[in-house]
Amino acid sequence: MTDSIPAGPVNLPPIPAFAAPGRAAPSLRGSVDWQSATVVEVRRETPNAVTVRLALPVWHAHVAGQHYMLRLTAADGYTAQRHYSVASAPDDEGHIEFTVDRMPGGEVSGFVHDVARPGDTLEVRGPLGGFFAWPGDRPVLLVAGGSGLVPLMAMVRHRRRRALTVPLRLVACARTPQDLLYAAELAPLPGEEHTVLYSRAAPPGYPHPVGRLAADTLAPHAAAAVADERYEVFVCGSTGFAEHAGRLLTAAGVPTTRIRVERFG
Amino acid sequence: MSSTTRGFVGRHTAAERDPRLPPGQYDARHDFPVLSAEVTPELAPADWSFRIDGLVDRPRSWSWDQARALPRERYDGPIHCVTSWSKLSTDFTGVSLDAFLAEAGPRAGATHAVAFSHTGYTTNLALADLTGGRAWIAFDFEGEPLTPAHGGPARLLVPHLYFWKSVKWIAGLRLLDHDEPGFWEVNGYHHRGDPWAEERYSGD
Ligand SMILES: Cc1cc2nc3c(=O)[nH]c(=O)nc-3n(C[C@H](O)[C@H](O)[C@H](O)COP(=O)(O)OP(=O)(O)OC[C@H]3O[C@@H](n4cnc5c(N)ncnc54)[C@H](O)[C@@H]3O)c2cc1C
Repeated sequence: MTDSIPAGPVNLPPIPAFAAPGRAAPSLRGSVDWQSATVVEVRRETPNAVTVRLALPVWHAHVAGQHYMLRLTAADGYTAQRHYSVASAPDDEGHIEFTVDRMPGGEVSGFVHDVARPGDTLEVRGPLGGFFAWPGDRPVLLVAGGSGLVPLMAMVRHRRRRALTVPLRLVACARTPQDLLYAAELAPLPGEEHTVLYSRAAPPGYPHPVGRLAADTLAPHAAAAVADERYEVFVCGSTGFAEHAGRLLTAAGVPTTRIRVERFG
Repeated sequence: MSSTTRGFVGRHTAAERDPRLPPGQYDARHDFPVLSAEVTPELAPADWSFRIDGLVDRPRSWSWDQARALPRERYDGPIHCVTSWSKLSTDFTGVSLDAFLAEAGPRAGATHAVAFSHTGYTTNLALADLTGGRAWIAFDFEGEPLTPAHGGPARLLVPHLYFWKSVKWIAGLRLLDHDEPGFWEVNGYHHRGDPWAEERYSGD
């Protein structure tokens, strides 16, 4: 996009190039309009996370990785709004799923966990964000910390639903096995490589060390992304996780221009 | 307008809502969340520079020491992120963009600027939003050097607009005679980003 910046009246030095291009043409109407979605299902994923399935009256297919804004309105008109990534595949027409972690004292996540039930209507607008998005066209390395797996799972699901053959690598980090989201779907299919890591506790004999994501564990995935320059890397999680994973990836030689990062705050 | 959500009781009543919060924003209080789409660069002050070019009479660049030699100001008001958090009081120290622009001399035809970072992130701003004591190059937060995740060694600070306009790792401003959308603006975000008008996305 920087090449669209005009040189101006004199010969100007170039603006440093941000090489990673936007991936999703923003859907302008979808970005703007709020709509009332109906909760069709609330299902427990882990002790700390639930998935909410919404039916949308107005459908704008998202690109895997994009998110929506959710707005709650109290009887006195007070509102709270937060972003949630879409966990479901774009081909799940007319529906989106959010997976929401319970934050201690969280205003919106607490409502989703304790109050929301099928039949409720919730206001949403989206899909939003055209940068952290994967249409399924290039090999990808996905690096997830905790609920950072949500938008990356949309990518895994998209690849499977479309029977895409493009290589996909997933490194998913969770605190313990019971905290791992979508565990039943995390068995690699052909063309996929998965590594699941635990930071607090792992099953006996687990092949990877318990603790923070380590350079050695990431190495084979990073090497694949370095060797094939079509690879794009998507990192998602808390700020601490994203900073750590970003440092490991760049130290392993992955160009920063091929790394897209989403921080949940 | 918005319709009531069954069973939702907010943290506050509408009446208690702090009038310093723009519509749709909540107070992150002590938190200072990090939002950026890139890997945080490690940029030493010695490798940092800031330049102003384009429609100016005296295009120039400032080294870290030159920029730090300009008169310092403090900003302790609110900041607002498009993802809905605000911080009502902050403590940034830096140099007013007016001081840099006075040295570069904007031409009469300059109406807008592209602000760009050392990583190539860009955003567009009206020149009027960058002048008149409303924009700074900030070096310190709460008396400490800005951390890399928050844009250190130096970031643009335009607190009256959503914070994606406050370019981290600021490298320069290019003055133009027209508006030229930047990184988030071509990805669906609003061209101006006024939190009080809730200008989040294109079309808002
Ligand atoms: C692009 C994007 C995508 C995201 N996707 C997801 C996703 O897929 N899944 C997901 O779970 N999250 C996601 N998030 C995070 C999500 O938007 C919310 O930030 C998160 O759910 C917490 O919101 P909350 O209202 O529950 O917590 P908040 O009420 O905002 O509180 C957050 C924390 O701060 C404390 N706190 C803050 N203010 C106060 C106060 N005044 N009083 C008391 N305590 C306070 C709370 O105790 C809590 O621990 C995403 C964020 C972004 C930016």
